[in-house]
Amino acid sequence: MIDLNITWFGLVGILITGYAILDGFDLGTGALHLFTRKDEHRRLLLNAIGPVWDGNEVWLVTGGGALFAAFPEAYATVFSGFYTAFILLLFALIFRAVAIEFRSKQPMAWWRRMWDASFAVASVVGSLLLGVAFGNVVWGVPLDARREFAGTFLSLLNPYALLVGITTVALFMMHGAIYIVLKTEGELHVLVRGWVNNTIIFFVICYGITTMATLLFVPHMTRHIVVYPVLFVLPLLTMLAIANIPREMHHGRDFLAFLSSGCTIAGLMALMAVGVFPYLVLSKPNPDFSLTIYNAASSPKTLVIMLLIAAIGVPIVLAYTASIYYIFRGKVKLDVMSY
Amino acid sequence: MDPILLARVQFGLTIAFHYIFPPLSIGLGVILVAMEALYLKTRNPLYLQMTRFWVRVFGLTFALGVATGVVMEFQFGTNWATYSRFVGDVFGSALAAEGIFAFFLESGFLAILLFGWDKVSPRMHLFSTVMVALGAHFSAIWIVVANSWMQTPAGFHIVEAALGKRAEVTDFFAVVFNPSTLVRLSHTVLGAWQAAAFFVLSVSAYYLLRRQHQEFARASMKIGMAMAVLASFGSLLTGHASALVVSQYQPAKLAAMEGHYPASAPAGLYLFGFVDEAEERTGGLQIPGLLSVLVHGDPAKPVTGLKAFPKADRPPVAPVFQAYHAMVGIGSGLMGLTLLGAFLWWRGSLFETRWLLWIYVFAVLGPQAANQLGWFTAEVGRQPWIVYGIMRTADAVSRVVSAGQILASLILFTLVYLMLFVLFIYLLDQKIRHGPLADDLAMAYHPKGSR
Repeated sequence: MIDLNITWFGLVGILITGYAILDGFDLGTGALHLFTRKDEHRRLLLNAIGPVWDGNEVWLVTGGGALFAAFPEAYATVFSGFYTAFILLLFALIFRAVAIEFRSKQPMAWWRRMWDASFAVASVVGSLLLGVAFGNVVWGVPLDARREFAGTFLSLLNPYALLVGITTVALFMMHGAIYIVLKTEGELHVLVRGWVNNTIIFFVICYGITTMATLLFVPHMTRHIVVYPVLFVLPLLTMLAIANIPREMHHGRDFLAFLSSGCTIAGLMALMAVGVFPYLVLSKPNPDFSLTIYNAASSPKTLVIMLLIAAIGVPIVLAYTASIYYIFRGKVKLDVMSY
Repeated sequence: MDPILLARVQFGLTIAFHYIFPPLSIGLGVILVAMEALYLKTRNPLYLQMTRFWVRVFGLTFALGVATGVVMEFQFGTNWATYSRFVGDVFGSALAAEGIFAFFLESGFLAILLFGWDKVSPRMHLFSTVMVALGAHFSAIWIVVANSWMQTPAGFHIVEAALGKRAEVTDFFAVVFNPSTLVRLSHTVLGAWQAAAFFVLSVSAYYLLRRQHQEFARASMKIGMAMAVLASFGSLLTGHASALVVSQYQPAKLAAMEGHYPASAPAGLYLFGFVDEAEERTGGLQIPGLLSVLVHGDPAKPVTGLKAFPKADRPPVAPVFQAYHAMVGIGSGLMGLTLLGAFLWWRGSLFETRWLLWIYVFAVLGPQAANQLGWFTAEVGRQPWIVYGIMRTADAVSRVVSAGQILASLILFTLVYLMLFVLFIYLLDQKIRHGPLADDLAMAYHPKGSR
């Protein structure tokens, strides 16, 4: 039976998935930025994400807002508990934003190198921290009886969480590389096309290790799939989506490859959601102190009001976001208004 | 060190720095709509050049607004977790609505505003400009709704939920339209318009004084002046209305704003003065009975003073008094400047009155200062409460975040924001020196009109 709490678990999940798919290629583009050498190439990369990156980041802000509104206890526990990690993420996002904006405003080589480095480092750190946060949500964190975080920043950097962090970086690099191929032409296009295979290999290795580690060390992630075998379709589709990426690239169908890598992200997020459900923050070692979609939720009245707001707002957002992506389709070119 | 104080300083610092940028986005959004609409109506390339120049400035302020704005959304969770647990049911909705209704709209159509000149028809581009401006205003609406609920909470009850006591919505409409939402929203938006209007006046006056881009500067100045007149008068009216709501719902704040100590006595209005918090006295130049007149329409009627409240329930008086009086003083000065400017414009000598143009160059700081002081008055005046009369600020901070962690993040924010501020001023200065581009006079829209 789908109740309000499950609906909101799904909606917050969709917002965060939207963020991962959309800002994923921005962050991945940033992670690949320093591998290019020419100034013109770097400007092309920045302008490939130029019109859309801040809209993509809004998915994170709105996801955070939706978590606050629907599950305030989880929002409070995670954000205060992961304090240092979130402050670092904020600085990464700040530096990324201003690096994109400032870099091409001055011609000096040192100026551009400095912002290039900020953009790349901030993108990698941002992706890594997001992955580490997801890894901890999967692994579980120590909570006390008041549902406050009882660990430390270093305890968040456990091997499993770091593994998920690195996998996230690899995933976004692959996603970003395909996006760049899609958006560029000529020399840069050929150059980045050559990278896509390497990023796929890097991601598949990380994915394999993370999957093994999850099956061995985090067995609760598969318990729903064992009970409802129909859910096995999720890991299956995710695998097929991954396998389809090199196939589409090989046939030169860049857009379908990009869609496949987007589906990969969606599939991985869905697997995570199914695995953690109904927990928002799993308490370890004492699962009684966990935050679930029930004890962490706002009142039914608020959930209904928010559902109405989402029902009005989200279709409009999707319509104009799709239109804007459509308007900016095709290869990126530099002009006087470019970054 | 006291973690509560550190968390407050960090919130104050990050919000004050952030709030340099949104007023400019809100106000410039309206100005851009005016300029671009004038271009489409008259087809005078000057208006296109103006639009494109101010769009570049807008892009810079917007980027910094986004970069520093994400911090605010996260900070309720990182530093004010206990507050978030207590009010999330009410307060979270406003923030989520801001994301869905405002941020997506703003950032989505910003893409077309900045980079879509040759990709869409002129009408579609103007539509995008309108949507960006609208998004900026929606953002102001929801964030002022959230803040006004903290000032004059309504539409909720306090219940025992699964994990403890908290505020839950009983009437969403009453939450959104709480007693102070509309007056504070109109005052905030007009303050933002004023900030952008004086920004445009400053740059235009600078060009006129340097005898550069004269045609551009005159046309920009006219639009800036029209908006400045509107915003200055509007600020006075909405400011007065806002003070009346404060007197009704937050009497301790009003008493602090005016340094009025007697528990219940007719009150005057200080033009300026000094508050002696130890002796519970205020001295200075006062117009007797005027506060009573403004609040009740009768100089003999009493106004509730600070002594009517236990000391633990009073805000810091001297800082609130001084911030409020400085805001009113600056606001009056700005009104004088706009009146004089409008008069000279009518007389036809505005663009040659060099001493006044010099004042306009620097008057850009006036609305910025007034906006900051106004928020300072509103927020410090609400103390010791985070939600007026419901929850104390001291009970609202995150329980698991140590003073050391906050100190470290506070130092980092200070350093990074200082760097961002220097870079912002530097790049803004470069843009202004660069001036409007000759290229911008040419038709830049997509040649086919649409695609």
